Amino acid sequence: MSRSRSQLGLDPAEVRRARALARKAGKPIVRLAQQHTTVSVERATLRLAGLAGADAEGTPWVNRLADVVRADLEADGGLAHGVALPVWDALLRGEAEDLETLAQKASAGSVRFRLPEGRDSQRARAAAKRQVAGGLRTIDRNRKERDRLIKRHGDAPRQPWIYLIVATGDIHEDIPQAQQAAREGADVIAVIRSTGQSLLDFVPEGATREGFAGTYATQENFRLMRAALDESSKELGRYVRLTNYASGLCMPEIATLAGLQRLDMMLNDSMYGILFRDINPIRTFVDQRFSRQVHARAGIIINTGEDNYLTTADAVEAAHTVTTSQLLNEYFAKEAGLEDWQLGLGHAFEIDPDVPESFRLELAHAMLARELFPDAPLKWMPPTRHMTGDVFRGYLLDGFFNLVGALTGQGILLVGMMTEAVVTPWLSDRDLALQNVRYVMNAAGNLREDFHPAPDGFIATRAREVLGESIHLLEQILDHPNGLLDAIADGTFGLMKRPADAGRGLDGVARKSSVYYNPATELLEADQ
Amino acid sequence: MTIIRPYGDTTGDGMVQTSFTLPIPHSKQAEGAALQLANKMGMDPALVVHAKPMGPDFTFFVVYGRVNHLVDTDQVVVVERDYPLLTPKEVNASVKRSLRRRLVVVGACIGTDAHTVGIDAILNIKGFAGEKGLEYYRELKVVNLGAQVSVPQLVARATEEKADAVLVSQVVTQRDAHLLNTREMSAAFREAYPPARRPLLIVGGPRFDETMSGELGVDRVFSRGTTPGEVASFLVHRLVDRKAS
Repeated sequence: MSRSRSQLGLDPAEVRRARALARKAGKPIVRLAQQHTTVSVERATLRLAGLAGADAEGTPWVNRLADVVRADLEADGGLAHGVALPVWDALLRGEAEDLETLAQKASAGSVRFRLPEGRDSQRARAAAKRQVAGGLRTIDRNRKERDRLIKRHGDAPRQPWIYLIVATGDIHEDIPQAQQAAREGADVIAVIRSTGQSLLDFVPEGATREGFAGTYATQENFRLMRAALDESSKELGRYVRLTNYASGLCMPEIATLAGLQRLDMMLNDSMYGILFRDINPIRTFVDQRFSRQVHARAGIIINTGEDNYLTTADAVEAAHTVTTSQLLNEYFAKEAGLEDWQLGLGHAFEIDPDVPESFRLELAHAMLARELFPDAPLKWMPPTRHMTGDVFRGYLLDGFFNLVGALTGQGILLVGMMTEAVVTPWLSDRDLALQNVRYVMNAAGNLREDFHPAPDGFIATRAREVLGESIHLLEQILDHPNGLLDAIADGTFGLMKRPADAGRGLDGVARKSSVYYNPATELLEADQ
Repeated sequence: MTIIRPYGDTTGDGMVQTSFTLPIPHSKQAEGAALQLANKMGMDPALVVHAKPMGPDFTFFVVYGRVNHLVDTDQVVVVERDYPLLTPKEVNASVKRSLRRRLVVVGACIGTDAHTVGIDAILNIKGFAGEKGLEYYRELKVVNLGAQVSVPQLVARATEEKADAVLVSQVVTQRDAHLLNTREMSAAFREAYPPARRPLLIVGGPRFDETMSGELGVDRVFSRGTTPGEVASFLVHRLVDRKAS
């Protein structure tokens, strides 16, 4: 893209203003995130220290251990000090030789945890830090390994990267499907999670064969699928990326597992869980920040979820909510240490095709995203809302979606299926959908070299209008006494009212005490 | 009696078009196999107009042809849903017009069942199968109690919220837990409410038999694949239309 002059006639001062407003709205949220911890952040820390596995009932040891620590310290503030000090204090006192044994003893009730003081506290701190650093070293090694494999096998041959989904519920069915999708041309494989996993306050354990409309995200499933795609990468002579979802109540833990198993991209939105899953806002923002710090460290590309705004609200009326959310996601991501190349900011082709000039509107919105975030690999999501079961019309709509993708230099293109809303994609659906993408990219992949919208034409005017509305929305957010939190509470985003003192997972949030210690946060922030 | 047949470009030509995949490599034999399938489907003459290999093991075909079947429209039997399917807009309008307040829905997974998949698919705004959940409906007030709610808790909350309808989801079926829990729940509501005041009781889950509502003491059983729109339409049918009539 031309970096110096805006094709859409965007005023650089307006763009700066939009970013400044997003920063202003986001800053108090970051402060809030720094002041709190959550059960999942603490469990993620234990996972980084190497605690894995589950008891006979399938409850992960990290949950068992964190719950007992919290209960033992209840009178003393519970979670407020973090689990690291009490846990490593117990290890140093010789209660158990390792974390897993400690977790077993804790759930059997044969260990009492305390908050160490003075020298004991110093020693617990050092031991915790040493052990958690081991997990971060694994994440660092995986990042280097990814770079090495990309160098050896080669990267995706072109942009946008072609992103295909598998979702059988059974990891052992997913694997051959994913490998076949890679052979057919997928650069990125996403394994959709089982419905409802986002609301589980634990990460299931082991290889799973039974999911609902998707497959559970577990460490073992991550490992199995990454190993299978490593085989495919070797076979195909290009590195095939793997995507999963760091969202819901266990966002920090799933981000950690993704880093430990070398996943390459993760769905990770700053407000999706709040708005669409009714997860407590503070819980989400705290978990979000930690998970993004892990993604930053692991070299993982995040995909944000702005497409969801357009599936619930009118895609023309709500266009500016996408831009606003992208600006907020960008602020939160950069604050957490992510770089531009890691920001797969989302947007979608969801305007009703019966609306006059719908294609020009789509193009205007997509070009706006491209110009506002020139160095981000934008994630372009296909039509779903207006796919009716008329597969022929759907195929045409997907072609126009692909054309906007080509014209606006999208980084990641989720391949649209003409059978969207009809069946889970058949082999032939996927093949036809990929032919559609290839035809458009071959025929018009470089069209953007010639395509310059008239400065006062429909497209440029519409793009400026959406940016203006987005700035207005950010101002409205800042007009609330408590800024973004109040705006979320009163339904400024869509129809959903999500107050800060309600929602799922609130009881897993604690305000940090003055002696709170978390070696993972300390190490991740030192890295920035 | 009306006899019709498919229409291509001439009345009575019986022309249809179909596409399918066969799990064999593309070859002359594969095209012959496609033709054979088309013939067996009743297409005669059939014309394989397109055959394309998809990887080494599969071939995709498009086939045009004439079918000789006749359709007698008088013999068409359609099983109608016993209530009309409404759009969210129609549901909202209907509730607003007839109740003049929001319709209150309390939902939960009862017993030890921790699987909120079902209840969330129906209630969460995110929804299911491309449809938004009941939270999306402006005129519905949704109280989702989540998982592992006890029956007394559910009754208490339904009373407190003045629930018009109670939605219960049961996924776990070990030792018939879903049936036992549902019976316990419906009995508790019967005990707590006079018959005319009792909220509508709806239970759902992948392993339920939709004909069992009487036996379970509930007003409706929904099985696998039920969408939020179907549930919302049923609520209107039973709570709004009934009051209006």
